[in-house]
Amino acid sequence: MTKIIDSKIPEGPVAEKWTNYKAHQKLVNPANKRRLDIIVVGTGLAGASAAASLGEMGFRVFNFCIQDSPRRAHSIAAQGGINAAKNYQNDGDSVYRLFYDTVKGGDYRAREANVYRLAEVSNNIIDQCVAQGVPFAREYGGMLANRSFGGAQVSRTFYAKGQTGQQLLLGAYSALSCQVNAGTVKLYTRYEMMELVIIDGRARGIIARNLVTGKLERFAAHAVVIATGGYGNAYFLSTNAMGCNCSAAMQCYRKGAYFANPAYVQIHPTCIPVHGDKQSKLTLMSESLRNDGRIWVPKKEEDAKKLQAGQIKGSDIPEEDRDYYLERRYPAFGNLVPRDVASRAAKERCDAGFGVNNTGLAVFLDFSESINRLGIDIVRQRYGNLFDMYEEITDVNPGELAKEINGVKYYNPMMIYPAIHYTMGGIWVDYELQTSIKGLFAIGECNFSDHGANRLGASALMQGLADGYFVLPYTIQNYLADQITVPRFSIDLPEFAEAEKKVNDLIDHLMNIKGKKSVDSIHKELGHIMWEYVGMGRTAEGLKTGLAKLKEVRKEFETQLFIPGSKEGVNVELEKALRLNDFITMGELVAYDALNREESCGGHFREEYQTEEGEAKRDDENFFYVACWEYQGSDDKAPVLYKEPLVYEAIKVQTRNYKS
Amino acid sequence: MDKNISFKLRYWRQNGPKDKGHFDEREMKDIPGDTSFLEMLDILNEELVSEGKEPFVFDHDCREGICGMCSLYINGTPHGKTASGATTCQLYMRRFKDGDVITVEPWRSAGFPVIKDCMVDRTAFDKIIQAGGYVTVRTGQPQDANAILIPKQDADEAMDCASCIGCGACVAACKNGSAMLFVSSKVSQLALLPQGRPEAARRAKAMIAKMDELGFGNCTNTRACEAVCPKCESISNIARLNREFIKAKLAD
Amino acid sequence: MWLCDSSIGRKVVMSVTGIALILFLTFHASMNLVALFSAEGYNMICEFLGANWYAVAATLGLAALVAIHIIYAFWLTIQNYRARGKDRYDVTDKPAKVEWASQNMLVLGIIVVLGMILHLWNFWYNMMFAELIGDPTLGGLEATNGYGYIVKTFSCPIYTGLYIIWLAAIWFHLTHGFWSAMQTLGWSGKVWFERWRCIGNAYTTILVLMFMAVALYFSFCGGRLCDAACDAPCETVCNTVCNGDCSTCDASCNAACGGCEVSACGACCQ
Repeated sequence: MTKIIDSKIPEGPVAEKWTNYKAHQKLVNPANKRRLDIIVVGTGLAGASAAASLGEMGFRVFNFCIQDSPRRAHSIAAQGGINAAKNYQNDGDSVYRLFYDTVKGGDYRAREANVYRLAEVSNNIIDQCVAQGVPFAREYGGMLANRSFGGAQVSRTFYAKGQTGQQLLLGAYSALSCQVNAGTVKLYTRYEMMELVIIDGRARGIIARNLVTGKLERFAAHAVVIATGGYGNAYFLSTNAMGCNCSAAMQCYRKGAYFANPAYVQIHPTCIPVHGDKQSKLTLMSESLRNDGRIWVPKKEEDAKKLQAGQIKGSDIPEEDRDYYLERRYPAFGNLVPRDVASRAAKERCDAGFGVNNTGLAVFLDFSESINRLGIDIVRQRYGNLFDMYEEITDVNPGELAKEINGVKYYNPMMIYPAIHYTMGGIWVDYELQTSIKGLFAIGECNFSDHGANRLGASALMQGLADGYFVLPYTIQNYLADQITVPRFSIDLPEFAEAEKKVNDLIDHLMNIKGKKSVDSIHKELGHIMWEYVGMGRTAEGLKTGLAKLKEVRKEFETQLFIPGSKEGVNVELEKALRLNDFITMGELVAYDALNREESCGGHFREEYQTEEGEAKRDDENFFYVACWEYQGSDDKAPVLYKEPLVYEAIKVQTRNYKS
Repeated sequence: MDKNISFKLRYWRQNGPKDKGHFDEREMKDIPGDTSFLEMLDILNEELVSEGKEPFVFDHDCREGICGMCSLYINGTPHGKTASGATTCQLYMRRFKDGDVITVEPWRSAGFPVIKDCMVDRTAFDKIIQAGGYVTVRTGQPQDANAILIPKQDADEAMDCASCIGCGACVAACKNGSAMLFVSSKVSQLALLPQGRPEAARRAKAMIAKMDELGFGNCTNTRACEAVCPKCESISNIARLNREFIKAKLAD
Repeated sequence: MWLCDSSIGRKVVMSVTGIALILFLTFHASMNLVALFSAEGYNMICEFLGANWYAVAATLGLAALVAIHIIYAFWLTIQNYRARGKDRYDVTDKPAKVEWASQNMLVLGIIVVLGMILHLWNFWYNMMFAELIGDPTLGGLEATNGYGYIVKTFSCPIYTGLYIIWLAAIWFHLTHGFWSAMQTLGWSGKVWFERWRCIGNAYTTILVLMFMAVALYFSFCGGRLCDAACDAPCETVCNTVCNGDCSTCDASCNAACGGCEVSACGACCQ
């Protein structure tokens, strides 16, 4: 491939890059800021914080979200916490260590400079959020409390009960609300971005659909920022909210923005197992449960058989017949190994026939030991809301004493199983968070950047806020500095008309298929194929089959789709159909990348590439790069791959080891 | 373990705020008890779409009880009767009996006009927050997070107040269509923290003025809001809001 | 003015006037109790509260409180009704912790007002009003003879029934109104909410029992005393009514004794 991917990483040692960048970047003076418009699509942690910060700086910001309020964005569902290298616990934490842990957790597939910057600004995030009134948990002395989280040997996670994402989002939302009140940000709720408008090679606006009236509307700006989250819902069943979609990202991709590392999809180990085919959504139980819960399956296969048949319960199996497989395989990290490792280990046990529910796809998460050690009150204090939530969903109370065998008290264990949770892949961005389209920026989960092949717990919130508060508001000025002479664009330009027509044609096309199948039924088929062939354990053969099947799904979508109602007014089926159209493209992209990446790393596991012990086997010689995929003008054509080589200066690339 | 149940579903249909609206009825057959209420509505919609009809429209998103999007008034209770006071999405069909009649209505309040069926417009809540539900702080370099010491008790109480998800069940349940529990939760959260004190008086006045302007009713302390709040917000927040507001007005 | 144009301000007006009215009721109930022990004492108070300038001024103030309380009640209710929107729920299910009284304060208030009108007709009209217009025997007895009017009113079982309904409505109205006022004024919280409720319930119950005691005593005991031991009580009555001058008291004594047998009463008077 001839194209050179320039990630614009600044000169200097990794620890000084961001300082150097800020010292030398171009800025926009206050008088000029008023004349520059920025569109921010999405109001999650990244979108809301960016819109608020940019508005506060003096830019004119238009902020869009598909929900009825910015506060509904799916960032709200993050439970566990947010990492920062504050070292308040005096356990040896530092910016370098957070940087190192994140790179290692990401299986050495992240961009060093970005991750270092992330670790650097992590401390500012905590300061900022506290100043906003985010009620983080505190100790009796009034200082901030921390907890430990998977993939780290220090306690650096700040939390607000089990609702950290909610509280951080509400913090960003309040900052945004303050700016809306000040008139610097104009908010558009129940609007969905439909198309990116490019004028002379630069992103200059969007077409958005008003979800209440159904009308298409045009918006022009000097730069466009997308902060629209990940593509986990391509799998149909995931822990993402029902409205999460990758349409904005796909629109940018179809307009020429590279899509990077789509194969890196994170599977979260602690979700409530699937119960039936009517299920719409998987519920995540916070990873923090792994701090005090122990994961196990029976040692004896006959016990597993009985569990699957419903003849016995988990609490009937005594200690000596339990296989705490994470503690067994990874003595140093035990139940706190990174998410990908924990997920695969669960899958491995279930594939071997040790699954513990009727589908055979579940493992136990047990609190007996903690309850016996700490007492039920303390355990409930830590996880009470999660226990209640689990009970409401499954009718089983994990805090309830179930049995006493030989003087040992056994409590009802939870059942968990991995599920799609987060997508590390996303729109490719350079160090400035600018995509391969000038003037188009991507932040938060929507971009690919900082987590490499696997994201550590409590890092998503950190990245979203880092991008939105502390990175984009600087780097975007470097772009906008030479745009100050560009007057506001008219939305009557032919580029806008053309983009709107394209969307209109697509909507008419979908409405007129008038087939027999509902959007959801096709989406479920897509999800099954994705989970089956492009899921946790991938093979070249399976991926090829998957790709072929995805083509069939596309065909079915094109010929069998049925959307009732009209394109005017609220039409949720039309909304879903438009999103599904993009999920199919996204699914194919994941499969192409997974097929190309002939190694196992982080969230991407190719069964052909594993060690004898079943661990992921990386191939640094051939795959030490960011895979950037370029759209070729049609969904029927395979995308083209460009490679951004990774350069590691500060960290020695090693095999990930969580055993000792 | 869980039986399947069959029941009659009555669901509200209304095409826009000016439409009169009516109930549609449907016999739902053999719904597993493990199905969530919203999944049951998915099944309904799948049936409706397969018959070529428009689906029943309702707001929903995270389905984990945290985003505050879902907003159904089920059998006379906002969010339905869940075990621990949770949102609609956390209501499971095992809570109903075979042969039940289940009536689903939208939040009914002048502050929340119906958009379609059971989807209502809650932007009024955003407007109230925009009026003052924040600490005015610039992005940048505030002091170190531990420079402000906050007693654990205060931090915990502020956290309880901050748990509000803005779903609007309080308004839906209130016979006065009052938004006091919502407003008071935000005012309380920030009033309890030292960061929020400098703006406390301004905030209470601005948020109440906006709430009144948007046509929400006057609180008459019936406690219906508290009884249905999925996040168990307490009316002691309302007392605190009253206190803050009266203090602010008396100081003027 | 925030007491008019903000929701909390309007509620503050309701609370303050409400609390003031509760204080008035406390005074009134204490005064009534005197009637159980001493007719003379009671009538002394009545005389003191006759058409004197301070009593008239206090009455006007009281009337203003009541008027404001009522006007605000209707104002708030109309606003709240509008805020509820046009459409009503088809099915409603009241949560257990919602007190019935809290949702029916207006209805209870209207019953209280109706009772108050009756009460004013029975007493105030015959007493203070009679003095004000210079016709002290407007109601058939001397205007300062409050005791006589108590006996007269509660000799009629219909009045007693109406007063009991009235007092029950007051009880419901106040059990909610008391803590609600504290809540509105912001003097409440997680701990004090329960305390105020407890204090409010106890206070209101005692208050209503005080009123009830007088009404029931004069309805039942008053009559029986006339029957069984006519002399003593009737003598007291007559003495109070006509200052011991039995020659002038025939008619009024009979009226005052109400349920007593005319003959018995007549006898003691003669």
